[in-house]
Amino acid sequence: MNPTDTRNPDYFHKVVDCQWACPAHTPVPEYIRLIAAGRYDDAYMVNWKSNVFPGILGRVCDRPCEPACRRGRVEEQPVAICRLKRVAADHKSDIKSRLPAPVAQKNGKRIACIGGGPASLTVARDLLPLGYDVAIYDGADRAGGMIRSQIPKFRLPEAVIDEEVDYILEMGATRRFNTWVSSLKDILAEGYDAVFVGTGAPRGREANLPGRKEAGAHIHIGIDWLSNVAFGHIEKIASRVIVLGGGNTAMDCCRTAKRLGGSDVKVVVRSGYDEMKASPWEREDAQHEGVEIINFMVPKEFRHDAGRLIGVVFEKVKAEYDANGRRNLVPTGEPDQLLECDAVLVAIGQENAFPWIERDLGIAFDKWDMPVLDQVTLQSTAPRVFFGGDAALGPKNIITAVAQAHDAAVSIDLFCQGRDVRQRPAPHTNLASQKMGIHEWSYSNPVTLDLRHKVPTLDVAKALKSPKSEFELGFDLKLAYAEAERCFNCDVQTVFSSKLCIECDGCVDICPVDCITFTDNGEETELRTRLKAPAENMGQALFVSETLQTGRVAVKDEDVCLHCGLCAERCPTGAWDMQKFLLEMSHAGQS
Amino acid sequence: MTYLLKPKLHHPSLAPNALGYTRRDYEGAISTMCAGCGHDSISAALIQTCYELDMEPHRVAKLSGIGCSSKSPDYFLGNSHGFNTVHGRMPSVLTGANLANRDLLYLGISGDGDSASIGLGQFAHAMRRGVQMVYVVENNGVYGLTKGQFSATADKGSKSKGGVVNEDSAIDLCALALQMGATFVARSFSGDKGQLVPLLKAAFTHGGTAFIDVLSPCVTFNNHAGSTKSYDFVREHNDALNRLDIFFGKDEIVADYAPGSVTDVRQHDGSILRLHKLHDSYTPTDRIHAMRYLEERKALGQIVTGLLYMDATPNTLHDNLNTVEGALGILGDKALCPGQGNLDKINASLR
Repeated sequence: MNPTDTRNPDYFHKVVDCQWACPAHTPVPEYIRLIAAGRYDDAYMVNWKSNVFPGILGRVCDRPCEPACRRGRVEEQPVAICRLKRVAADHKSDIKSRLPAPVAQKNGKRIACIGGGPASLTVARDLLPLGYDVAIYDGADRAGGMIRSQIPKFRLPEAVIDEEVDYILEMGATRRFNTWVSSLKDILAEGYDAVFVGTGAPRGREANLPGRKEAGAHIHIGIDWLSNVAFGHIEKIASRVIVLGGGNTAMDCCRTAKRLGGSDVKVVVRSGYDEMKASPWEREDAQHEGVEIINFMVPKEFRHDAGRLIGVVFEKVKAEYDANGRRNLVPTGEPDQLLECDAVLVAIGQENAFPWIERDLGIAFDKWDMPVLDQVTLQSTAPRVFFGGDAALGPKNIITAVAQAHDAAVSIDLFCQGRDVRQRPAPHTNLASQKMGIHEWSYSNPVTLDLRHKVPTLDVAKALKSPKSEFELGFDLKLAYAEAERCFNCDVQTVFSSKLCIECDGCVDICPVDCITFTDNGEETELRTRLKAPAENMGQALFVSETLQTGRVAVKDEDVCLHCGLCAERCPTGAWDMQKFLLEMSHAGQS
Repeated sequence: MTYLLKPKLHHPSLAPNALGYTRRDYEGAISTMCAGCGHDSISAALIQTCYELDMEPHRVAKLSGIGCSSKSPDYFLGNSHGFNTVHGRMPSVLTGANLANRDLLYLGISGDGDSASIGLGQFAHAMRRGVQMVYVVENNGVYGLTKGQFSATADKGSKSKGGVVNEDSAIDLCALALQMGATFVARSFSGDKGQLVPLLKAAFTHGGTAFIDVLSPCVTFNNHAGSTKSYDFVREHNDALNRLDIFFGKDEIVADYAPGSVTDVRQHDGSILRLHKLHDSYTPTDRIHAMRYLEERKALGQIVTGLLYMDATPNTLHDNLNTVEGALGILGDKALCPGQGNLDKINASLR
């Protein structure tokens, strides 16, 4: 193998698994260390800069960081990264003075953001401090989009949404609320320099089965029903409820139904339990609250008696895998089963809908009726129209919407300044030694053996009676500190200088996870088999040094390195050093 | 020197041995040696050896004297017996322990100061008596604990860190061990575990007095240009005689080497030492040849490493004294007090 080029920012970035996995590339270990140090304001600001909604995401993020967390590879459970983010938000003081103030001197460019959800708000936050005039359009009377309309209040209190949405609006956004945009042509006619479409995936997928129309009064589309609950239009549901679908919306539906009078709530899913799209923790929360999850059942018919819903008829299926490993659900041949119920919530997916975009504006749509976009710049085929969030590349999650909106804001800024939108600013990186003394490092390197701490919650019985009370109480500061100490500080990198190494084996002997080997160089697949511990995780890189004095190379398997720094402490020549790698994505206006 | 405790977390693939212990279970306290000390590598080699030999920790006794080397037993086999003796007196304490309880595996850890200076007499007598033990000297050629004066194994003509040239002749502990009658003599290098671990395994299964002189660079006082015990010097002048594999009864022996380049030696316990010869003329079962070869190579400025000599059927102190089987401490009353009849017989034989 060639010597590893650690000057490429991707190398060390990839070692920070959580940050690499985060669509917005939030410097996770950096803010976790700040939380451990009690610097909640600073921890919040690191988040705010990167993901815009720390308080919101600290409760409802899809947390792609956690399955990536290195601790999950040496222990059962990753660090509770998401809930630590919430700690920063819950325990910060007033940080308003640290936010950008409204800009007095505008730059004369006007931007319209269609939809007031997380994507549009992120674009506004990135562009307002640069002097842009940003107008946010939304049909509701407040901004927030799906964060406000679809996520139940017991998971995300209104006050948290208001706070973080207001931080952005108070930077000087023009509020065009209670304004339903039904024509993009009209918006473009207003002479905006650029338009950002952040309208999400607002249409819940329909279950077109026999009886749907006749029993329609008792069958609701999940996201619409959640939104009606959120805005106070619905306060009750019948006692026996069936939720169709296995995603996070289905989980929100069943838990909400439990709180609005549903005593017998069942979630019925086509796939098996393990293949459900809902995050494991949301499934567990639902089951903890007494929701029954039934798998391998496909709905066939809404059974009714002259419009009065009797129940749903299901066909039983099983999973079979074809030669290509693709799963097919095939009927088991058992008789169909009727599950009786009084109401059905349909949460089987969301779709994009662009009936309001005229097709003669130069915006090309593909065969799935999605806009044709440049995947990097998110620019449509009409140069001044940009997309972001669920509206851009299909329904994903909030953190992806934020990341895409950052990218779109960069594009909009470059576009409005007459520059090439493809010339993207590189991320900012910094690499600094953490050595303070012979045995002192400026990070907490002892590795704790604590298992993941549980977030305290309300008593279930109480929670079900009080639909608006937040179910999770969040970590207290003691628990937060203990959980923060579980972080390995993967951003504190083991940096190796081949020239200094005397090949004494000190690092090899002390490494608790056997990740360092001195051996003859070879091809990667072969080299991986003859390390001190086999490097079988192909998703994790091997570091390979320059050729050393004995003709061998130092090889480090990044997979389960604990970043404890023992290699550097045992190194007599400082060939290993622990250096903090900080990568911050460039946002609009940065170069 | 390290203050941070080594985390208990380990690689997911870390496997237990036949006893259910992982390699990590054979570790000891965290080392307080200087960073980069060869002694730490020797500790790691011992950990690897004991793990691979499925050794029961409670059946091992580690004894040492005084010095950097002699404090290293704290850093491996944390669940074994240990005895830190007076300076240079490890061999006699170990001999006594061995006489009292022959059921333990004895590991003597010493240094060049402990064995070649203050304890030279002790060393010589332990070798000639055939005390069943593994005697490891962690040899760095300096007195590290007293700031790097030459020790008795420092080569004539080598330079100290301060530039002083050593005018005294060096004691070659391997040559001395051969002369004194040790039945297993080897030399190795802390920076070459591929060589050291199999030698240690062979030493532990040898069944007699096994002596290994391990060159172990002192990074603080003896790792400079002009030193003959530095990492660089040892690597450049290493004249390895052979590579060793050790096979036990159930292992399959695969012969994939050119004939003539391999010698198999069956040990008393049935295990087989397979020597891959790096020097065709060298025969490690010929003591006189070994002594001559050592001297010849030394004259050329080379450091001979590998298995120098072994006697596959060693005689031990217990054989010579015809002692009773088993540890003295667990002998029953009947054995200790064989009765008037037996006493009369003994008395009669002495009349």
